[in-house]
Amino acid sequence: MSSITADTFKTSFLPTWCPGCGDFGIWLSLKDALAKLGIGADDGLIVYGIGCHGNMYDWMKMYGFAGLHGRALPVAQGAKLANHKLPVIVVSGDGDCLGEGGNHFIHAAKRNPDICVMIHDNQVYGLTTGQASPTAKQGFKTKSTPEGVMDEPVNPLTLAITAGATFVARGFAGDPQGLTALMAAAIEHKGFAVLDILQPCVTFDKVHTYPWYRSRLYKLETEGYTADNKLKAMERAMEWEDKIPVGIFYKEEKQTSEDREPALAEKPLVELPLTIQNLDELVHEFV
Amino acid sequence: MTWKIGGEAGFGIISSGTMLARAYSRAGYHILVTNEYPSLIRGGHNVVTVRIATEPFESLNRDVHILVALNKETINLHKQEVAEGTLVVFDPKDGEPGASDFPKKVVLVPVPFKDLVTQLHGEPVMRNTVALGVTVALIGSDFEMLATVIRDQFRKKGDEIVNQNIAIAKAGYDHIKQTFGTETSMYLSQVQKKEDQLVINASEALGLGAVRAGLKFAAIYPMTPINALIGFLADHAKSLGIVYKQPEDEIAGINMAIGASLAGVRSMVATSGGGFALMVEGLSLAGIVEVPLVIDLGMRVGPATGMPTWTEQGELQFAIHAGHGEFPRIILAPSDAKEAYTLTIDAFNLADRFQVPVFVLTDKYINESQWCVPKSYVTGEVVIDRGKLVKDGLVPLEGTSSFPRYRTDTEDGVSPRSVPGVAGGQYFANSYEHNEEGHVTEDSAKRIAMVTKRMKKLAAIEKEARPPTVFGESDAELTFVSWGSSRGPILEAMKLLAKNGKKARLIHYSWLYPFPSGETMKLLSPATRLIDVEQNATGQLAALIREHTGILIKEKMLKYDGRPFYPEEIVEKVI
Repeated sequence: MSSITADTFKTSFLPTWCPGCGDFGIWLSLKDALAKLGIGADDGLIVYGIGCHGNMYDWMKMYGFAGLHGRALPVAQGAKLANHKLPVIVVSGDGDCLGEGGNHFIHAAKRNPDICVMIHDNQVYGLTTGQASPTAKQGFKTKSTPEGVMDEPVNPLTLAITAGATFVARGFAGDPQGLTALMAAAIEHKGFAVLDILQPCVTFDKVHTYPWYRSRLYKLETEGYTADNKLKAMERAMEWEDKIPVGIFYKEEKQTSEDREPALAEKPLVELPLTIQNLDELVHEFV
Repeated sequence: MTWKIGGEAGFGIISSGTMLARAYSRAGYHILVTNEYPSLIRGGHNVVTVRIATEPFESLNRDVHILVALNKETINLHKQEVAEGTLVVFDPKDGEPGASDFPKKVVLVPVPFKDLVTQLHGEPVMRNTVALGVTVALIGSDFEMLATVIRDQFRKKGDEIVNQNIAIAKAGYDHIKQTFGTETSMYLSQVQKKEDQLVINASEALGLGAVRAGLKFAAIYPMTPINALIGFLADHAKSLGIVYKQPEDEIAGINMAIGASLAGVRSMVATSGGGFALMVEGLSLAGIVEVPLVIDLGMRVGPATGMPTWTEQGELQFAIHAGHGEFPRIILAPSDAKEAYTLTIDAFNLADRFQVPVFVLTDKYINESQWCVPKSYVTGEVVIDRGKLVKDGLVPLEGTSSFPRYRTDTEDGVSPRSVPGVAGGQYFANSYEHNEEGHVTEDSAKRIAMVTKRMKKLAAIEKEARPPTVFGESDAELTFVSWGSSRGPILEAMKLLAKNGKKARLIHYSWLYPFPSGETMKLLSPATRLIDVEQNATGQLAALIREHTGILIKEKMLKYDGRPFYPEEIVEKVI
């Protein structure tokens, strides 16, 4: 049995999130999922975005990279290509991943790197005190939208499915057990795994509360749903308002970004020799 | 001897220059190939210039000795560049130029390009092959010299294509031998070949330097003038065991390269000014998380999209000041393919040793011009220094749980670096200001300690800053000051000035930042007449010198029309 437990990831820092924040549930589930998979503090890399979610690194003892707002996915892909044996997880937010980093999200999905991205989806920019995020629903009143959000929201799930993600799921921060299982599945999936996590912002969103979600959520698995059809997945992913599904919407096995690189066939780049074997041949092309 | 060929874009103008250069380089001559073309694929005017000489030289001269016009426009655009006795090769079907069309007395050489190609069932695009045969005959060289290059060029396309191209080149060659006699003024004397030479541009030389330095990862969004580097890395990714990734934009590119470097491999990006503008936030990130990173900034004419396929040295000050906040960096600027190779190797070692971004500042002129480089120059031993990268035996600091990646107690400000996956090396690479383990901090004392640590690196780098290179004698009456690609034309200009009895000296910077101010003071202070030579409108090197030494260079020779300097124009301006 692995000696790795949730305590493995303890640091001397305590969370600075608001009491009751959905980030707590996500953090606890992530630690449990990693412990369950036997991934310890030295064994993997978490790349964080910038936002409330991203502050997690301070109380999450594992190799971490807190970079720029929106740019977590490119950093994660570079690290993965450099060492594809390394588990790489992206902890991002709806603004980070779908606003500032929207283009990176689409292109990561199309490449299918073996990376798992967890989107903290609470419809607001919490760290900047509550402006609307790209997933904010029409009519939702925030600091930047006093009359209600004018635009249509981005749907992370339909976007991920159409862009080519090979694992697309949604979880709820208020369901630790269900979320831990989804996280473990997402991390284990070989390919680009998108886990959208619904998360109440207790400070800046008085509408989408824990009870609001609890009264609407249902689990796909209880309905005998199989996650192997893109069109069916799209249909479910577009359900909102009265009934909101959680669980795995779509999953397929496909060549990953790393599988397609001939240089990575035997060893990770980081383990390859630095000297050139065929220098004479290489130089001769120019003679 | 300078050969120029012009014609419509899409007619193989650029590749004919490379083939001619390769033929003469293989025979032991010294060559330089430059190109001029607009930012489109078909229909514009393309020009290639090849200088071939028996002795080494540094740049093109202004005079063209053989002008091959594959269309009438070539004559209209380039007739001012001819010298006394220049051979003007043209197809009578494009119209007959008259002697009075040229400012100097030229020799007209009619060649029925279209007819020769048609007779041999070739495509119109093969007129450039006729031109190669014509040229070799005019220079008085052996046809076989060209035939072997054609064979290598078209080998992959099969014997039929090879033979047809050889036949078409031979038709051009024979046409000259039959109609023009056996001797022309352009005959080049034989040379003794010493060793194999590469025909290589600075982008490819930079790529070669990078892979010899152990580059493993590059993320480069396509952009003129660095596309030849992409081609080199992508073509050899499999055989060299490297990953070249085309990112969705330059922002992704630099962040991918930072991720790969963080994970322990040597990585780089390359771009031009516009792409680099997008990378600036990432540059700042590399500065604070202290990952080694090499950036090839291939300058072209700006602002914005500017003149995308033309050359300029407009981004020295941009590279020095790019990025929000303060952090150390190193800026190197090669002047040709050879220096692009060596400085790139240096760049990777410096990046690892000091854990900073290092620029290799190139420009369109050197990125896309081809030089001959002796094979031994790029096959010698290469020293790879990964600095304080540690992969085993790591232990956390006493009383803490993580590896002290950013420890502040080192003399040079460079702290031992672990990589993800290494036992005992866990830390946080943090773009927020951080403590020694990478945890966020806004504490006054800790912020000061961390800034001091990072800036200590600048002082350590300054100790290694290389002084400018001095060409010429210290008693010279005029002293040129330059950086990057201006070196070649200035050195040629100095040869011309010497012929006029004027002694000149050049103080040239390949290492630009941190600026070698002490050496600069020593070298520039006694000079009587200083002339700053740069390809920009503001004198960016002169400003840097003024900033760091107080020395004001009043006389500036600034060029910003997108064309490199010609030695003759430098001479004209100083005499």
